[in-house]
Amino acid sequence: MTWRESFPILKAHPDLIYLDHAATAQKPQVVIDRMTAWYETENASPNRGAYGLSASATITYENAREAVLKFIDAGKDATAVFTKNATEALNLVAYAYPFKPGDEIVVAISAHHSVIVPLQIAAKRTGAVLKYLYVDGVHGDFSEQMLAVIGPKTRLVALPLIDNALGVLYDVETVVKKARQHGAAVLVDAAQAVGHRPVSMQKLDADFLVFSGHKMYGPQGIGVLAAKYEQLEQMTPFLAGGDMIAYVTEQSTTYAPIPKRFEAGTQNVGGAVGLDAAIQWIDAQGIERIAEHEAAMTRYALLRLSEHPAVTVLGPKLTMERGALVSFEVEGIHPHDMATLLDQNGIAIRAGHHCCQPYMHHLDKAGTCRASFSAFTEERDIDALIMGIDHARKVFGYDRS
Amino acid sequence: MTDHNMYSEIILMHNRSGHNRHALSGETHAERGHNPSCGDDLTLHLRVVDGIIESASYTGSGCALSQASISIMIDLITGMDLDSAKNMANDFFDMARGETISPEAEEALQDAMAFQNIAKMPARTKCGTLGWHCLTASIAETTADDVN
Repeated sequence: MTWRESFPILKAHPDLIYLDHAATAQKPQVVIDRMTAWYETENASPNRGAYGLSASATITYENAREAVLKFIDAGKDATAVFTKNATEALNLVAYAYPFKPGDEIVVAISAHHSVIVPLQIAAKRTGAVLKYLYVDGVHGDFSEQMLAVIGPKTRLVALPLIDNALGVLYDVETVVKKARQHGAAVLVDAAQAVGHRPVSMQKLDADFLVFSGHKMYGPQGIGVLAAKYEQLEQMTPFLAGGDMIAYVTEQSTTYAPIPKRFEAGTQNVGGAVGLDAAIQWIDAQGIERIAEHEAAMTRYALLRLSEHPAVTVLGPKLTMERGALVSFEVEGIHPHDMATLLDQNGIAIRAGHHCCQPYMHHLDKAGTCRASFSAFTEERDIDALIMGIDHARKVFGYDRS
Repeated sequence: MTDHNMYSEIILMHNRSGHNRHALSGETHAERGHNPSCGDDLTLHLRVVDGIIESASYTGSGCALSQASISIMIDLITGMDLDSAKNMANDFFDMARGETISPEAEEALQDAMAFQNIAKMPARTKCGTLGWHCLTASIAETTADDVN
């Protein structure tokens, strides 16, 4: 079975040119089938029931957690908390991390709004100070001068592994080394990396690593906060309720051990099961093979877009290692008009600020067009994109050159 | 996939010509409209004398739909009294919501009828209505001024 044949949405929409994988991935049949089987034959509330079906549900749920930890090479010092998505995982950290007045939080300017906004709110609430690590929209490495913003007062540093707007791949290890000198923790938003390339939390030495299941062929509604136990131990619960408690009396409560302390209420077991199935699908294809394919598609897109006289490609250069997404501008056509006109040819891309307004402002851009790739992207998809750009230029009254 | 072609000649002509895109001397109103999600950022300038829109223009940047819409609107409302302009804006909003409007209203909207399919494009409706929102906000201010 080819990669394309694994995705039923491409059968339902034979003419769809889906180039918005970075927003959400399509789902392989095996993931959908596994979730159907869960609800048809296995559904029960985990953790509580004394009966067989519930005990099995507990095992299935915990197996999914183990699969996630293995997939990101979390090591024995870290665990995973299931959340709704990467955004909820980031809100959890921002809310529960024990910031004190005067603490400094350092965030990469290229971070997604889901990193920046929760930390803005946390800073206002706790009296911590939010500072930015400025990057140039091309390079993912850091000079000592850039890292000077990390200092003795820094408590947490947050950055993407691959940024959402331009696809820059960041040298997280160097940031971690600098943070360690000052005793600061590091949070890595890996939403655009997990499922695209091998990600090792141990190798990155990150304290927190977040990602969404739906961007890696899993279902919407399940995400992961992977974190070192030593970090989670100093954090208060985020959401409270059932399942996250040990003893509850009229006036006080003792909490369940980590990671359950951070999983209040009946969890999205069907989602965790689907994520587990997505990991199995990725493992069966081989993450290295997927990474190589996406790199080839990204290179092809960069070549085709760069040679187009009306297109300006933003972000990392051709030879640089990067994420499987390309941001570009088309002369004389606003990104939103571009996306609408491409849609007329069945081509789905993203237009706008890509949830990175401070980054766009920093780079003096109102928005860009973004095409993003996955296992099922083929060269003909990118050829269609180029033809779609020509069509749009024609509608707007321009010639090819 | 959207089949209806929003990018008609009239819209592209207004997007390209820029004849209404300039500052306005003696302006009595400047109303900025902003669509944060797509970066459309347009300001409507009006010179209102004795309840009549004597002259209008816009400045700023945005997509073809937002710029064409505000430009077509400016051609329509120049010389109009504020009440008529407000009624026309309400007709435009009804049309942009996909509601049926009277044949008289359709006729009055003239080139703005190029946006009659925008209700079928939920992601772009706000591009088409941005300029008209600037207009109603300006008129609301004027009315408030009169009360004071």
